[in-house]
This record gives sequence, structure tokens and C-alpha cells, in this order.
Amino acid sequence: MQTHHTLKPLQRISAMLIRYTYLLRNSWPRILELAYWPTMQMILWGFINQFLVTESSWVAQAAGLFISAVLLWDVLFRGQLGVSVVFFEEMYSRNLGHLFVSPLRPHELIITLLLISFIRTVIGVGAAALLAIPLYHYSIFAIGLPLLAFFANLLVLGWAIGLFVISIVLRYGLGVENLAWAVIFAVAPVSGIFYPIEVLPHWLQPVAWSLPSSYVFEGMRQVMIENSFNLHLFLMAVGLNILYISLGILTFLAVFRVARIKGLILNAGE
Amino acid sequence: MNTTLNPDTVIHVTNLCKQFGEIRAVADISFQVKKGSTTALLGGNGAGKTTTIAMLLGLLLPSSGKISVLGQDILSHRYRVLERINFTSPYVDLPGRLSVRENLNVYARLYAVPNRAQRIHQLAEELEIIEFLPRPHRSLSAGQKTRVELAKALLNQPEVLFLDEPTASLDPDSADRIRHYLKTYQQRTGATLFMASHNMVEVERMCSDVIIMRHGQIIDQDTPAHLLSKYGTSNLEQVFLEVARHGS
Repeated sequence: MQTHHTLKPLQRISAMLIRYTYLLRNSWPRILELAYWPTMQMILWGFINQFLVTESSWVAQAAGLFISAVLLWDVLFRGQLGVSVVFFEEMYSRNLGHLFVSPLRPHELIITLLLISFIRTVIGVGAAALLAIPLYHYSIFAIGLPLLAFFANLLVLGWAIGLFVISIVLRYGLGVENLAWAVIFAVAPVSGIFYPIEVLPHWLQPVAWSLPSSYVFEGMRQVMIENSFNLHLFLMAVGLNILYISLGILTFLAVFRVARIKGLILNAGE
Repeated sequence: MNTTLNPDTVIHVTNLCKQFGEIRAVADISFQVKKGSTTALLGGNGAGKTTTIAMLLGLLLPSSGKISVLGQDILSHRYRVLERINFTSPYVDLPGRLSVRENLNVYARLYAVPNRAQRIHQLAEELEIIEFLPRPHRSLSAGQKTRVELAKALLNQPEVLFLDEPTASLDPDSADRIRHYLKTYQQRTGATLFMASHNMVEVERMCSDVIIMRHGQIIDQDTPAHLLSKYGTSNLEQVFLEVARHGS
């Protein structure tokens, strides 16, 4: 009989990362799809940006305002999908039973999902950002260090939403998987991606200010138009993200327990 | 949970119940499984076999009762046990887009199997799946998948192997080879096999103990020979039909 080792969490997390890398490697349409949508969005908003620069004094204040906005929005969008779609793969393939009879802990699966989401987002949005340089002579990387702060905050919010989505799908089954696409679009109008929050009706503004994404996009405009990094906006985004990612993790762990009570793990995917 | 059980007992179930709303899937069952034995859980559809196995694995939380596997309370110390057990079930599958080798490699890493490549090759040879290693799992037939999933279940050389319908999708020749392989594995390692099966010939050939379930309850538990004698029948299929239709 095999000698039993104290299995290390990092080994299990790397095993799962390898599993998702295999999945990407074995399917070139998946790799293409990672970059396709962010690139199409960037191209569309790049032309809109070019047009509005000549028509709007507000847009003219900063080159590439809309390109930056759409690329950062895609960080949030892809961050969320990176968690949810990858988890759905386990449900489609009815693999959850095998995974949770192995020594893999639920929190290790969460860490893996977040890491793979980061990798997918960097590939997808990174390709689109690089393509914007020859296409529109605009580099989002010119934003400098604040770009890292914006990227991190939007990615973490994407993770939090992704964790809520997979919790709901684990609880109610793949019949509600369209939530993965729908939920994020409810966040978009109140995040001030392309316009200041003050444009929103007064009653909707508190909703906007409860989202880290609103602080990020306001902060992005301040950096691009006024050339100043607003620390207050950054800290508000960080504070709210800590709250939401904690709630996302706790929700998933709670639903995982419910799934064990209701026998949903063996039936997942059916 | 008493962790100083008889060292010969690897599974100890006490007053186990599982309720799904109004439905009582498992109703106050208790049993013990000895180390190195092969125990079959017999019963018709909906008897509670898969629910019981899912609770033994910790995939499903019981409504009440206690489960000890390898001396550990599965409810509070599940992760001390998981690296020492494994399972196959027709209710779960491996990722279809990954090749067989990739799937086995991922699970070998999850179980921290030493000399992964060697272990995978050894199992692939023994279970005659070498030619399938580079192929996507989804491209295999049901019987081929069964053998691959058995290889996955044996990667960590489990001390207790849970098998839910282990030969359900196999032709008679393949099923016979698998049964022979499992017996050889058990003799070599001293592992305990715990299986749910509808295949009475398989149970008669492989099992030293049989637990018969009906409507979530244990109707009878004994050796195959004693059951045949008790029910006055010549084979377990007749015992199964007797119990399924009339109870104990």
C-alpha cells in the first residue's frame, strides 16, 4: 500500500491549472475566442472614439478614452466569465463528483478558478490592447501604474460576480447558466464605463456608488483627462471589492454545503 | 466518533439516515465492513445504494447517523481519508476534451501519486488502455470509458475502493477481465472493495459479504453462501427477486 504523503495545496492547485491549460491547448477555437470578443469591442469603440473626438469636446480631452473604457470593461467581463465558464466545464463534463472525492478542497478550486480567470483575461484583453496600438495609435499602457490598480479592481469584481453566478448554477443547475452572461450586463449601465456617474438619475447614483467599477471608471477618466490619480476613488473600490469577493467566496462555500446536503454534486450536469 | 474501532473494520456506519424532503432515501441503516473484504450493496432501483455510497464518500451529507471510514469520522475529518480512497460511478465522468493520458495525469497530481508517468503506464497496461492514452476521453465507447475510470480510481492505490456498477457497460469478456483484475489488486494490496451492483453473478463471484437494501433499509446482510441457504435458492438473483418483490 502506498505511503501517504501530506498532500500540499499548491500541488492540487497546480494540477487543476494544468487541467484547464490542457483544455485550452486542445481547443484552438477557445484560445481564439478569448481574444476575439475583446478585439471586436475595441475595434468598434475605437471607431466611435475617432468619430467623437472630432464632434465632442469632452471626448477630445483625452485620446483613447473610449478605447481604455472598453478594454477595462472587458477586464471585468472576462474576469467574470473566466470563473463561471471554466466552472461550467466541470458541470458539462460531470466531473464534479470525481473532483470532490479527490483531496481537492473547495477553496482550492476557487483559487484555481481565480488564477485561470486572470490568465484568460490577460490573454484576451492583452491581445486587444496590443492591437489598439497599430490600429488607433493608442496604447492603454501609457496610463502607467494606475492601470494596474484599475485592472486589479475590475478583475476582483469580475471574480466576485463569477463566484455568485457559479453558486447559483451549482444550486439550481445548468438551466440557469445564462445568468453568466446576463448578470454582468446589469452592472454595465451603472458602472459609468463611457459616461460620468453624475449622468445617471439621482435615484440610481447610490446603486452606482455601491459598485467598485464606478470608482474605477471615474478614476480612469480623472487620470486620462486631469492626469491625476484619485486615491480616494481607488480606496473605495478596494474596500468594496474586499466586501464583495469575501461575500462571493462565502456564498460559494455555503452553496457547496447545500449541494452536499441536497445531493447536487453527483447530479451536476444532468 | 470512536476512532479506536476494531482495526479490522474499515467502514463503520451507525444509524445512517438521509431524507430528501418527504422522501426517506436511507432509513436508519447500520453496518460494518471488514478490512480486505469485498462487500456488495444489492438492491433495486431507488433502494438507496448510490445515496449510501455518496454518503460514505462524503459527497452527500446524511440527515443523521455516523460514518467512519479507515477510522476517521467522514463528516468531520473527510480530508484525512480522501487521499486513501477512490471511486468509480456511472453518475460521473471525466472531461471529454482531455485525452485519457491528460485526465489520468491531472488526477495523479491531485492525489500526489509518486512516479506519475510510470504509474499511469502500469495501469494502462494492466487495464489494456494503452492505445487509448492519446485519445480524447469523449471519443471512447462506454466500455472503454469504464476501464479508464477504473484506472483513475486505482491511481492512488486506494485502501478502500468504492465501485458503483463497476462492470455495467462492459461486454462479458471485458467484465470478466476487470473482475479478475480487481481480485488480483485486492490480493496484492489488501484493499477493501465496496460495490453497488445489479450483476448477481459478479456479486457471487467477487463478494465475501452482501448487504441487501430495499426502500432505503437494510433487509439482510450475510455471506452469499448463507443468503442462498437462508432463502433456499440456488443463486443470488433469486434472492434478489425474492427481496425486491416481497421484502425479507
